[in-house]
Amino acid sequence: MSSLISARMRGPWTLFKKELLRFWRVSFQTVAAPVMTALLYLLIFSHVLDKHVQVYDGVGYTAFLIPGLIMMSVLQNAFANSSSSLIQSKVMGSIIFVMLTPLSYLEFFLAFLAASIIRGLVVGLCIYLVAIIFIDLPIAHPGFILAFAFLGSALLGAFGIIAGIWADKFDQMAAFQNFIIMPLSFLSGVFYSIHSLPPVWQTVSHFNPFFYMIDGFRYGFFGQGDISPALSLLVVGISFLLLSWLALRMLKSGYKLRG
Amino acid sequence: MTMTPAIKIEQVTKDFGALKALKGIDLSIEQGEFFALLGPNGAGKSTLINLLAGLLRPSSGKLSVMGYDVVSQYAQARQLLGVVPQELVFDPFFNVREMLRFQAGYFGRGPENDAWVDEVIESLGLTDKAHVNMRRLSGGMKRRALIAQALAHKPPVIVLDEPTAGVDVELRQTMWAFIQRLNREGHTIILTTHYLEEAEVLCSRVAMMKSGQIVALDTTANLLKHIPGKQLRVTMAPGSVLPVVIAALVRHRDGDIYTFGLTDVTQVADVLAELRQAQLVFTDMQLLEADLEDVFVDMVGRA
Repeated sequence: MSSLISARMRGPWTLFKKELLRFWRVSFQTVAAPVMTALLYLLIFSHVLDKHVQVYDGVGYTAFLIPGLIMMSVLQNAFANSSSSLIQSKVMGSIIFVMLTPLSYLEFFLAFLAASIIRGLVVGLCIYLVAIIFIDLPIAHPGFILAFAFLGSALLGAFGIIAGIWADKFDQMAAFQNFIIMPLSFLSGVFYSIHSLPPVWQTVSHFNPFFYMIDGFRYGFFGQGDISPALSLLVVGISFLLLSWLALRMLKSGYKLRG
Repeated sequence: MTMTPAIKIEQVTKDFGALKALKGIDLSIEQGEFFALLGPNGAGKSTLINLLAGLLRPSSGKLSVMGYDVVSQYAQARQLLGVVPQELVFDPFFNVREMLRFQAGYFGRGPENDAWVDEVIESLGLTDKAHVNMRRLSGGMKRRALIAQALAHKPPVIVLDEPTAGVDVELRQTMWAFIQRLNREGHTIILTTHYLEEAEVLCSRVAMMKSGQIVALDTTANLLKHIPGKQLRVTMAPGSVLPVVIAALVRHRDGDIYTFGLTDVTQVADVLAELRQAQLVFTDMQLLEADLEDVFVDMVGRA
């Protein structure tokens, strides 16, 4: 495969390949563990609520829950991939091996982003494949499913790059995970439709970009959602561009990487 | 036609807030040189190397590698430079061969470079460890792997920042044999070290730095001439007080061991006569040539 890559592209390709191998070498932690966590959520919530809650017409609660859990795991793992790789290599000092190379800031960004997207999609696909063994899940608009999975993991991959560059300690990275990523994903409609919330919280939810990613992704399965999938796609696309711009600016300026 | 210098540094300053780490460095290193950058801790050697490597940006001035500016033409400059960092850093996810192939890959080198990677592995005595994870290597082996990583893309200019700090004699010999071979093949080598005898044996030219400035820059031979004559090292009986006449000749004292700087070998007799006249007893005596350490102590101490 590498012989097909031009010398110009071999640098970013190598970094991408290294980032893929990095998470694959610890796949129990980076793939199996999040799949297990999502399935535990599914088992518990579906057991407790399936007979009592129906969010969309003709869609059981367990089926409703699966796309939300898949997307939440895609987003969390895409973020974890770039952010943990960067903070680890910064703390251990091995980031120097990449900083000494002719790789441009754009190539650096794209390699980390692509690896994050792959990890997000691999985790999402694994959850999907296990879930459909037990639950019949329709696919109304596969294009929306792919578009939201891809854009969502890219958005969180870019956010992970920002967090990884900014954080100096594992403690700061844990704060990102626990005080930003977790609340935004749990309050995004993974477990409920925002129409079941009081009006104030419905409004607040519209300021959460995770809500658009979850709702648009779920629309791809059921053809039903809380808002228009086109609007969700627009919000997610703009958010991705904004975060990518910020990450690229940080990389170009050498913020916290080059003194 | 003049050859492009391997390294050219023009009026480079670097400030860290109020601290002026480099105060206007000018330095040119020719292609094929084996060059030493010496100085005490905090002199600015590593800052200068980090500027060359693009890990830091200069506050003012210009640096180039083989004619390529390290800021505006960083891709070309870095392609030609291999840097062995001072800190013992490693990536814990991969083995030695994988890391070297990744490192070469970042520089655009593909499978055609694998033979060179294997040669580096063998030359640095890493063959047995090629498939061992980096985190399982001993300190000395990690240091070898670090050197190998800097060489993985076969750069024409190689910078070694304290490469032998804390490593055993065997590695030093293996490493220097390989680095000297690279130098003979045309690679430019820039070395910082605390082991001055290494610089004296290996390097054709030396820059000495202190407090962000170059205080001496010359060929090793010329710097050694800087301290003329010979040195007489005498181990005195405990509690001896030297006569004033010869106390003025003492260049260095370590307890009861006195080192006299002599301009002429005939001064040996004068020193011994003074000691005898003062009825002082000495237990050992050596006549020595000046070495780079003496020059270093003299130049850096004086600047």
